[in-house]
Amino acid sequence: MGSLLANNWHSFLTGFGWTILSSIVALVFSLIIGSLFAIMEVMPNKVLRIIGNVYVEVFRNIPLLVITMFFYLVIPLYFVKINGFTAGTIGLTIYTSAFIAETVRSGINSVDIGQMEAARAMGMTYGQAMRYIVLPQAFKLVIPPLGNQFINLVKNSSVLAFVAGFDLMYQGNAIASQTFDTVNTYIIVGLFYLVITLPISYYMRHLEKTLA
Amino acid sequence: MKRLKYFLVLVMSALLVVVSVGCGAKPLSQQDVLQNAKEANTIMWGVKADTKLMGLIDVKDGQTKGFEVDIAKALTKKILGKNGKAKFVTVTSQSRIPLLKNGNIDAIIATMTINAEREKVIDFSNSYFDAGQSLLVKDGSPVKKVSDLNNRTVIGVVGSNSVENVKKYAPKAKVLQLQDYAQALVALKSGQGDALTTDNVILAGMAVENPGYKVQGGAFTTEPYGIGINKNQPAFKKALNKAIKEIEDDGTYNKLIKKWFGDVPGFDYKEVLR
Amino acid sequence: MQNWIDAYSVVNLKFLLQGLWVTVEISILSVIFSMIFGSILGIIRYSKIPYVSKIVGFIIDIIRNLPLLLIIFFVYFGLPSIGFKPDTIPAAILAMSVFESMMVAEIIRSGIQAVDIGQMEAARAMGMRYTQAMVHIVLPQAYKKMIPALVSQLISLIKDTSLTTIIVVPELMQHAQVIYGQNANYIVPMYLALAVLYFIVCYALSLASKVIDRRLA
Repeated sequence: MGSLLANNWHSFLTGFGWTILSSIVALVFSLIIGSLFAIMEVMPNKVLRIIGNVYVEVFRNIPLLVITMFFYLVIPLYFVKINGFTAGTIGLTIYTSAFIAETVRSGINSVDIGQMEAARAMGMTYGQAMRYIVLPQAFKLVIPPLGNQFINLVKNSSVLAFVAGFDLMYQGNAIASQTFDTVNTYIIVGLFYLVITLPISYYMRHLEKTLA
Repeated sequence: MKRLKYFLVLVMSALLVVVSVGCGAKPLSQQDVLQNAKEANTIMWGVKADTKLMGLIDVKDGQTKGFEVDIAKALTKKILGKNGKAKFVTVTSQSRIPLLKNGNIDAIIATMTINAEREKVIDFSNSYFDAGQSLLVKDGSPVKKVSDLNNRTVIGVVGSNSVENVKKYAPKAKVLQLQDYAQALVALKSGQGDALTTDNVILAGMAVENPGYKVQGGAFTTEPYGIGINKNQPAFKKALNKAIKEIEDDGTYNKLIKKWFGDVPGFDYKEVLR
Repeated sequence: MQNWIDAYSVVNLKFLLQGLWVTVEISILSVIFSMIFGSILGIIRYSKIPYVSKIVGFIIDIIRNLPLLLIIFFVYFGLPSIGFKPDTIPAAILAMSVFESMMVAEIIRSGIQAVDIGQMEAARAMGMRYTQAMVHIVLPQAYKKMIPALVSQLISLIKDTSLTTIIVVPELMQHAQVIYGQNANYIVPMYLALAVLYFIVCYALSLASKVIDRRLA
């Protein structure tokens, strides 16, 4: 296994880098998009609420692979060329944002409604009350579930392998089929994933204990 | 608490026993694949299911059909006799060697070139088909020959040696490896790459179905396809080579070549007759 | 360009539905197995049996934090080296079951933890054994609390079966890829069909879970 790593460390590290980049970009955008749709879902305006709801339900119930392949193979036929890495990251963002929207929405809902009313009574607009009073409290509540979403995001980024996205899994497939040392290659790939996911996982558990 | 504990310890140890019994199975290198095949009256073949003309799944009945499938059936009959059964497992370029080494399949007949890299881990029969690597491009593409791929993007398949070959002939080409030929072709059509590279016979099959795309620049390598088998199986290797010779001699081979490649535009079947 | 009428021919639709059936089969069996093993593992982890719980917890954490795609590769390419050679569909079921068991185990463990510890103590005080109290008092309440999490895990499982296309399991995604692989003009109709079919199955489940949740509440 040592020589396998020594001979291919460049590919493994490249893959590791792309996996991290894709995960972080997707996390940032899905946090933004997810929060926007979560807010839409709790708005008094019915049309916005329906739009938010449809987005969440649609993308939570379609496999990530279908969304990603759609962006890689179909969108370029009609609109604009999207490379594998970008298609994978867009897929990850859309998919994860639907889950984040759901998480944040339930966070907002569990903030006492009196908070919103009190803020409005003090002359704040709906937007102000949301931004300064409700959202900060909601985010505190949803940090542990968001951590889990991020772990899922990192694991799901392996979908990039299907669209030649240069990530860890893609490099692993290429190395495995060149060295024919399948099991050891995937063990190394697994260790690289654990380097990212395990610490987050343990930190989240620690956080859950201290918050509880 | 105690009872539950005992119960759980029992479950765990049962699991351990199952795993260790599995470990006790006879390693593949000590088994005679030919002997096993004769006893089961079956040879398990790894075939492609996404490659037109060679091995392609038929949507109507779910069966895999193609030149390699027919060759495998003919060879099975020669080795095991008239009632010998050929069973087919779908493989991809990525999965075929692991599956062979693990013993899921007895032999690979899946557009696999005999080369030195692979011979380090598996054995090959004599070649049963001679292909050459080429390029598939859109009509009017600036890519005329393989060296034109420098600084362009070329699409291949994970686990195929076409990807390695391109690096030799066009070192500055950017290579994208997709899961199988079906995905690779669709990716080419979506503009993800400037050319798709693999063996001419596979490309010819694609060009038939896809007007507006053509095989470009002729073959730049020779790719003799061999049947992949595990190492240390001299009896099986001998039987395969003998069977290949037999189907060549009795005309079965040429009949199958004509059946599958007789009217493929851009591919002269007479060149591969034996 | 895209040929909608031919794409949805009877032959193709039949082929897609065959794929959907395999997806459903794999999902149902994996759900059953992962509920059973997940519950056992979750209880072991919760029970704090010396050494055993720690080891089980460690294994759960490792597998839970790996991509499912890797688990599929390990089962299909790795297990045969210890003498077990599953076909593609059993390999898919095994891989999904192993992965989902770990996810279910975590849900079960936190579910049990959420049931007030007083419940257990009260049951023990009334003369029940640990096992009895667990099975009759704690678990039923825990399951009720866990239903939303379990159902969303189940929906993930159905969606994740699409990943098994990488080892050529003849499920919905793979069958759609076969169809558009043979005629690239079917690609848009096929992706639409995929989206609709997966959505129907998964959304129906999430609606059902909401109904159950309301009934129990």
